[in-house]
Amino acid sequence: MIQYIQEILPALLSGTKMTLSIFFWTLICSIPLGALIGLGLIQRFKPLTWLLNFYVWIMRGTPLLLQLIFVFYGLPIIHIVFQRYDAALFAFILNYTAYFGEIFRGGFQSVPKGQFESAKVLRLTYSQTIRKIVIPQVFKIVLPSIGNEVINLVKDSSLVYVIGLGDLLRAGNVATARDVTLLPLILVGIIYLALTAVCTIVLKLIEKRENVWR
Amino acid sequence: MLEIKNLTKRFGDRTIIDNLTMTVKDNEIMAIVGPSGAGKTTLLRCITGLESVNKGEFFWNGNQFDPTNTTQKDTIIGVVFQDYQLFPNLTVLGNITLAPTMVKKEPMADVKKYARELLSRLGLEGKENLYPYQLSGGQKQRVAIVRALAMQPKILCYDEPTSALDPALRDEVAQIILDLKKQEMTQIVVTHDMDFAKNVANEIQQVKQIQ
Repeated sequence: MIQYIQEILPALLSGTKMTLSIFFWTLICSIPLGALIGLGLIQRFKPLTWLLNFYVWIMRGTPLLLQLIFVFYGLPIIHIVFQRYDAALFAFILNYTAYFGEIFRGGFQSVPKGQFESAKVLRLTYSQTIRKIVIPQVFKIVLPSIGNEVINLVKDSSLVYVIGLGDLLRAGNVATARDVTLLPLILVGIIYLALTAVCTIVLKLIEKRENVWR
Repeated sequence: MLEIKNLTKRFGDRTIIDNLTMTVKDNEIMAIVGPSGAGKTTLLRCITGLESVNKGEFFWNGNQFDPTNTTQKDTIIGVVFQDYQLFPNLTVLGNITLAPTMVKKEPMADVKKYARELLSRLGLEGKENLYPYQLSGGQKQRVAIVRALAMQPKILCYDEPTSALDPALRDEVAQIILDLKKQEMTQIVVTHDMDFAKNVANEIQQVKQIQ
């Protein structure tokens, strides 16, 4: 059995690499974009908030799977062609930005109005206020919800198999179908558990660091 | 000297302040008193630029200024809010140094030195690195005063400075305000507490409810 594990492990690890690559790039792009969307959603300029709400509605209201298929198999019909990997990233970033945007909107709205006024009478500019006072407070407020989405993302990344990307789940699935054994799928499960465990620990550490102030 | 001429403020069709004219002389403590809902805080919010006015002019030493314009070079008005509104994510020192370093671009070392001086003057030495949640109500208020003073305003305004404090602390605030007067700080105090107003103020401006 050990020998079999050694045989399939390289394939699983290379799949893990794809999974992690989707995971990190989606996070790195979606969190800052989500913060921007959240900031946009609290503005008083109605056309902007309508537009952003529409975007959030579409992204949260349809399955991510559909969005992946739409981008990779659908868009080429109107001559917008993505490589597999780019299509996956594009769909994931669009989708997760919408979720993060809603989370950040809630965060921005829970910063008391008095904080903005306090900053205003000290003559800080709007962008200074956002950067130095609002974002740090929002970050702390949204951390648990962001954590949820981060864990979800680890698992959602398995959806990329529908557009033929070789991620962790696909590697396990291929091995199981070929060798008629459950072991690869169990290993896949264990690797996902390890990944989410690392995320959980990192999130806890960040939360702990944020707890120096209340 | 701060002069306010013909100030009118309406919310919708409700007139809160009707054609008010008042003068705050240098080195004086003006108390704005009146019943709840009479527009004391609204008046203060107009002076501090948090509300725009429907009509009226503001003059500092004869020069007209717009309180809502936050880009002018000098700080004329400093504010201590009723609930202090310290920034919870910054330490005491961080709260105080943020605006002078970012807005006035003063060197951090100078600002810190001045901040420490003000902190010890208000009995807050040793609290520099605490976060606001670690302070008592009275300490938070004094930090808010130091934060406002660090911008070197010409006038310091307080919104209901005694409302959240017990009687012993009330006298302490009165003492702080009187001490600042000795250092030639012009101050405006909004309060519903007539005794407190009589204790500290040399000028009392009544605000009445408009029918």
